[in-house]
Amino acid sequence: MSPLNEEQSKAYWRRNLSLMIKLLVVWFVVSYGCGIILFDVLNQIQIGGYKLGFWFAQQGSIYVFVGLIFYYSKKMAALDREFGVEEDE
Amino acid sequence: MELQTLTYIVVGFTFALYIGIAVWARAGSTKDFYVAGGGINPVQNGMATAADWMSAASFISMAGLIALSYGGYGGSVFLMGWTGGYVILAMLLAPYLRKYGKFTVPEFIGDRFYSKSARAVAVICLIICSVTYVIGQMKGVGVAFSRFLEVDYDTGLYVGMTIVFFYAVLGGMKGITYTQIAQYCVLILAYTIPAIFISLQLTGNPIPQLGLGSTLLGTDVYLLDKLDMVVTDLGFKEYTTNVRLSGINMFAYTLSLMIGTAGLPHVIIRFFTVPKVKDARSSAGWALVFIAILYTTAPAVAGMARLNLMQTIEPTPGEYLKIDERPQWFKNWEKTGLLQIEDKNGDGRIQYSADPAVNEMVKIDNDIMVLANPEIAKLPNWVIALVAAGGLAAALSTAAGLLLAISSAISHDLLKGMLTPNISEKAELNASRIAMAFAIAGAGYLGLNPPGFAAGTVALAFGLAASSIFPALMMGIFSKGITKEGAIAGMVGGIGVTLFYVFQHKGIMFIPGTAFLGDTPANWFMGIEPNAFGCVGAIVNFAIAFAVSRVTAAPPQSVQELVEHIRVPVGSGEATGH
Repeated sequence: MSPLNEEQSKAYWRRNLSLMIKLLVVWFVVSYGCGIILFDVLNQIQIGGYKLGFWFAQQGSIYVFVGLIFYYSKKMAALDREFGVEEDE
Repeated sequence: MELQTLTYIVVGFTFALYIGIAVWARAGSTKDFYVAGGGINPVQNGMATAADWMSAASFISMAGLIALSYGGYGGSVFLMGWTGGYVILAMLLAPYLRKYGKFTVPEFIGDRFYSKSARAVAVICLIICSVTYVIGQMKGVGVAFSRFLEVDYDTGLYVGMTIVFFYAVLGGMKGITYTQIAQYCVLILAYTIPAIFISLQLTGNPIPQLGLGSTLLGTDVYLLDKLDMVVTDLGFKEYTTNVRLSGINMFAYTLSLMIGTAGLPHVIIRFFTVPKVKDARSSAGWALVFIAILYTTAPAVAGMARLNLMQTIEPTPGEYLKIDERPQWFKNWEKTGLLQIEDKNGDGRIQYSADPAVNEMVKIDNDIMVLANPEIAKLPNWVIALVAAGGLAAALSTAAGLLLAISSAISHDLLKGMLTPNISEKAELNASRIAMAFAIAGAGYLGLNPPGFAAGTVALAFGLAASSIFPALMMGIFSKGITKEGAIAGMVGGIGVTLFYVFQHKGIMFIPGTAFLGDTPANWFMGIEPNAFGCVGAIVNFAIAFAVSRVTAAPPQSVQELVEHIRVPVGSGEATGH
């Protein structure tokens, strides 16, 4: 069973959700935002041979996705330790 | 050395490696068979997941899909869709399902929704998704053999089935995991080496991801600008801005592929093999790193191969290639039927145009972008042999993962979970091996006699997973109030709507002539093409599940506790079937 009391487990879950929602906003913005919705606007900017919207759609969004997962995993490990719910080594 | 001999040597060597691993990594328990003993290092699991995930379609077809069928920017739906799903998987599903610590996806659905019927519905959804997907892989194996080794399709398929039989039946998930790691190494080398050479030749930059944004060697013209120019000159839409149908369609397509990725059982079960919840999170990151190496290279291959092809056909503006002077690789691929020319105006030159009336490149298969790449770039024969081994590795690794998802649903969910709950561990292990053998035989049969709908199956598998399994799992973790009636109605409704939409435009079971609404944009809901419809099915699933849950009796207290339990990492223990 969970070692947390009801209040603690609510707090843990809230912190998890809020981190997740922030990161999902970034996830949405780089792919659907920059890669599709704002595509034409961003294409006005050129970096090297890449139009920026095109770069996000075919390169940038993927790099950001990788970063998001590792950031989430690091932050959650810290949260687990803070609440004392990490697994034994 | 003769190309043919070299290809046999390289492919033979990789097959010997896979069989060697199969003998070494035999499964001694059901835990070995279902979750590789539960002790796989997260980086290794990431690598195995990448091979599991990247299919023949990713390796052989995707660059061509982007470059030709989707004309450039439109192909971004695959790049974002097939990678962004891992962010969802890492945050919304993998850690919690790993914490739950059971062997299969339907098992979680059955427990969380306190119902054997829910588990049975999940098994059916899983089998529909995985079988549609595996047909494509079996075809990939047959095609790769017939193109590279010049053996016929059927023989190729039998050889492929035998290899998978070895490591999947002997080793289950354990054997599959270690062969997938080897297969990843083969396929990623086979994909990146030609890409590096081509990038060097065109731009002088060895990193294809940078090469695509660089200037062409010896000029100050950007590669992408040049590409836009040559395609628009021939009447095609501009490469870097060519939208696939509409923004809404691209949005829906990307979303369907993303949540489909997160909901595919053969990917999810890979995360049951790591020791801890925190490993499940980081392992998703590693998986995406290994996938991203190919997925960020693919658009470069797409753009560069397209440019190479255009410049082969039209070496100087307005001056088309003489048919007599076409290069040897061109003739080779004509023999396979992947390229086809027709001198419509009889001038002895190959006109290439977006206008079908004058276009003389009557057939350019998507697969040509990857398959002919080494020859177009005049790379040595060992690179071509490596591409053959890479294509086979991609198809075999995905097929094995899918077959494990299917066979464990049969032996663990149907037999152990429902029909014969008292079966001993040893008997279950035997049953799982027999189920695996039958799954391989069944998939082989479908590969030899592909049903009429086989062409569209991989995309369909994503729509089905997106609309059935993903919402059920997500609601099971994030809501304590969803009832068994809600979950079952949601899964049935979601997958039903998606199938209905596909069938109404593509024909019932894809049988030509049975579509009751023509497959044209005017008939599509909000202009969303059938392959992109999974996300709408998912919304239907969520809506039905919430509505039904409001009017049915709340889940029992034990389910509330189960949900609390999976939300914190501590006390996960190892994956167990009991």
